[in-house]
Amino acid sequence: MSEFAAMPGSRGLPKHHREHNPALHEQFETIEQQRDAGTLGIWIFLATEILFFGGLFTAYIEYRSLYFEGFVSGSHLLERHLGAVMTFILLGSSFTMAMAVHSVRVGNRKLLVLFLILTIVLGAAFLGVKFTEYHEKWTEHLVPGFNFHPTAEELHGTTPQSVELFLCFYFFMTGLHALHMIVGIGLLTVMAILAWYEKVSAEHYNRIEVSGLYWHFVDIIWIYLFPLLYLITGSRH
Amino acid sequence: MTTAILERPVRKRVNYLTAKHTLSSWLLTTDHKRIALLYLGSVTLLFFVGGFAALLMRLNLLEPQGAIVHPETYNKLFTMHGIIMVWFFLIPSIPTTLGNFLIPMMVGARDLAFPKLNLLSWYIFMVGAAFTLYSLIAGGVDTGWTFYTPLSSLYVNTHVLAAATGVFITGFSSILTGLNFIVTVHKMRAPGMTWYRLPLFVWSMYATSIIFVLATPVLAITLLLIGLERVFHVGVFDPGLGGDPVLFQHLFWFYSHPAVYIMILPGMGVISELVAAYSRKRVFGYKAIAYSSMAIALFGFFVWGHHMFVSGQSVYAGLVFSALSFAVAIPSAVKVFNWTATLYRGSISFDAPMLYALGFIGLFTLGGLTGLFLAAIRVDVHVHDTYFVIAHFHYIMVGGAVMAYLGGIHFWWPKITGKLYPDIWARLAAAIIFLGFNLTFFPQYLLGFLGMPRRYAMYPPEFHMLNVLSTAGASILGIGYILPLAYLLWSLRYGEDAGQNPWQATGLEWEAAASPPVTENFETIPVVTQDAYAYETMGIPNV
Amino acid sequence: MSEKIIPIRTYWWVFFALLILAALTTGVAYIDLGVFNTLIAMTIATAKMLLVALFFMHLRYKPGLTRLASFVGLFWLGVLVAFSMADVFTRGWTPQGKPW
Repeated sequence: MSEFAAMPGSRGLPKHHREHNPALHEQFETIEQQRDAGTLGIWIFLATEILFFGGLFTAYIEYRSLYFEGFVSGSHLLERHLGAVMTFILLGSSFTMAMAVHSVRVGNRKLLVLFLILTIVLGAAFLGVKFTEYHEKWTEHLVPGFNFHPTAEELHGTTPQSVELFLCFYFFMTGLHALHMIVGIGLLTVMAILAWYEKVSAEHYNRIEVSGLYWHFVDIIWIYLFPLLYLITGSRH
Repeated sequence: MTTAILERPVRKRVNYLTAKHTLSSWLLTTDHKRIALLYLGSVTLLFFVGGFAALLMRLNLLEPQGAIVHPETYNKLFTMHGIIMVWFFLIPSIPTTLGNFLIPMMVGARDLAFPKLNLLSWYIFMVGAAFTLYSLIAGGVDTGWTFYTPLSSLYVNTHVLAAATGVFITGFSSILTGLNFIVTVHKMRAPGMTWYRLPLFVWSMYATSIIFVLATPVLAITLLLIGLERVFHVGVFDPGLGGDPVLFQHLFWFYSHPAVYIMILPGMGVISELVAAYSRKRVFGYKAIAYSSMAIALFGFFVWGHHMFVSGQSVYAGLVFSALSFAVAIPSAVKVFNWTATLYRGSISFDAPMLYALGFIGLFTLGGLTGLFLAAIRVDVHVHDTYFVIAHFHYIMVGGAVMAYLGGIHFWWPKITGKLYPDIWARLAAAIIFLGFNLTFFPQYLLGFLGMPRRYAMYPPEFHMLNVLSTAGASILGIGYILPLAYLLWSLRYGEDAGQNPWQATGLEWEAAASPPVTENFETIPVVTQDAYAYETMGIPNV
Repeated sequence: MSEKIIPIRTYWWVFFALLILAALTTGVAYIDLGVFNTLIAMTIATAKMLLVALFFMHLRYKPGLTRLASFVGLFWLGVLVAFSMADVFTRGWTPQGKPW
């Protein structure tokens, strides 16, 4: 028969010997278990996100190989320098996010809040540039489905369908990415508020780390989107 | 420093059902057992909605010219039947009811890793169901549950967007449930509960959760693309605008094939438990079954092109997918052999759960065998889009998954409710279901091979007799399903009290928790010192 | 039990490297290297991804299970892409040969 008596030790304790920590949720026995579970959980979630975006990447790869010239033309309709600026902004925001996690680990609340706010600001700046780009595409009549009237020069000898398809991917992929950025900014705002009101600490920091992981992931998506959309080099520069 | 917290003495009658009675204590619960019951109610309701669509379909097929509905309506019926049964019954059923209820108890934890996320999963599920039911009420969808493009994205005027949105939303429920289960199994096992001491149900659920987590997001993006194409009228899947409809099928089946393993793996996990309990024996080849579950989850991702042999897919890709599809049958076969070996020289009793388990083994084998026939390209070209395929997957889904679900519900009913159901009625229902099932679906193998296409509201007169037999079977099957609903509900009020372990089964849920369990599952977290299925140490059941 | 706290210096180096790589990939895009453009761009992107994942996301200092979880998503995406593209690229190959 299995031995079902409680035994002393860090786990398997009867309830009244359990670690008394206001941050410890009921279903966990120790704070380390809670933290490990949270970290594993977010990584699994990020794996789902890889596959979510991945469907778009798969479709992109197929159409880029089928319609390479059209994709080249399409890519040249995007502002490379804006893309580069957005890349630098996001990389900077990843840096400030990493610094925020560092700050909470060493117990520096003010720096934590500062870096979170910096990350939010950089994220917002990214979105500002992105929406300017979208607006520009609208005024240039280069929005697939709604408002797509490319000039012959813009097409550069390729078919309008292939360029429209490219722009579909541009809008879908950067749009989905922007949606994730908005969610991320919301999440970090909540974190900044929690940090300000001392709901996180050097012992109870996992939610900052988890938010950071999400943010870095969204940055990584952009790291791939930038060359795939903005830097397609074809027979001309 | 620890602070001593005095425990309230636990009174005998307080369990997770009686702990609190308010509506909000149910709707805002984070107790995995209550959430399991919330899901049980939802999936049961949706099962009967989907079943009703099937009933109308079978009634219509009583006559070669269609007996009761117009072809347009028939198209909507088979679509809604598919959508509801796949996404709102088969995929959630065992994981969200038995999985939610049992996994924490089987690993020796007080709840899942993320109880609030668990509750959120249920709400997401309900919102998704609402969108889908709305699309039904608003007039239905007629593209088939597979939403093939460009029909679904550019041509039909039916409520594709609402249905696709419903399924999209529900997908997140699956993802979060899978995530919760994976983290729970990794991080919340009780002391002494090593991986190889886990019940095989947990292994199956773990493998299922991996599929949940990796496949569902691809469905989500695919549905999103259909939606975007419908709204923006762009050519992602429209050949006229340079799109590739086969790309849709790749993305769709990348999810939907593993999805069928989501539907069957939990059932296989249940069968392992039932076969052991009702043979009073350890499961033969524990590790082989555990590894087979993982192999099915892995290989299930490599075979999706076998749904696309006639789609215009490359012949060479078809060859690869065909070969891999043969390979994926192997771990399933290993399980069937091992269950059979478990039965050998076991002390077998034919209680209702065992009847379901035995039925499963036979019917799943038949369904799986016909799957091998379909994996051979030449055969598939002949029977693709015929009733042969329908019979194949209904043997697995209904003869397999639904029977495993019912077997599991019966087996764990005393644990969940503290009550015993009337065994005579349960065995009778199992027999009626088995008979009704075979009468419904065996003729469909013949119909398909003879050439009757699927998704057709009418058929040539030479198929009349087989269709009538199938519909007769369906009526019997329907009665068979209503019986458990009736007597299980009856048992809640009038059933005998079960006692902690009426089946004398192994497992922490039986040996260390009351029936019904207290909210925290165990008085103290158990320490595990022996393997699962130590039936040689258990007594004889007292029912 | 505390996880290692990564020093700020490491973060600065990684950030610096990321900026260089971003500038590099932008610059190379203006030079026509044929097929190598894509290859170089993807290599640089992967290098940036690894820097962010290993250092900013602390994967370098995490146990195997976490690393496995991070790898699994990528691997599965690889399966989706590989098999789908295998179909797309071989559709045009007509089987030659006489009927049996």
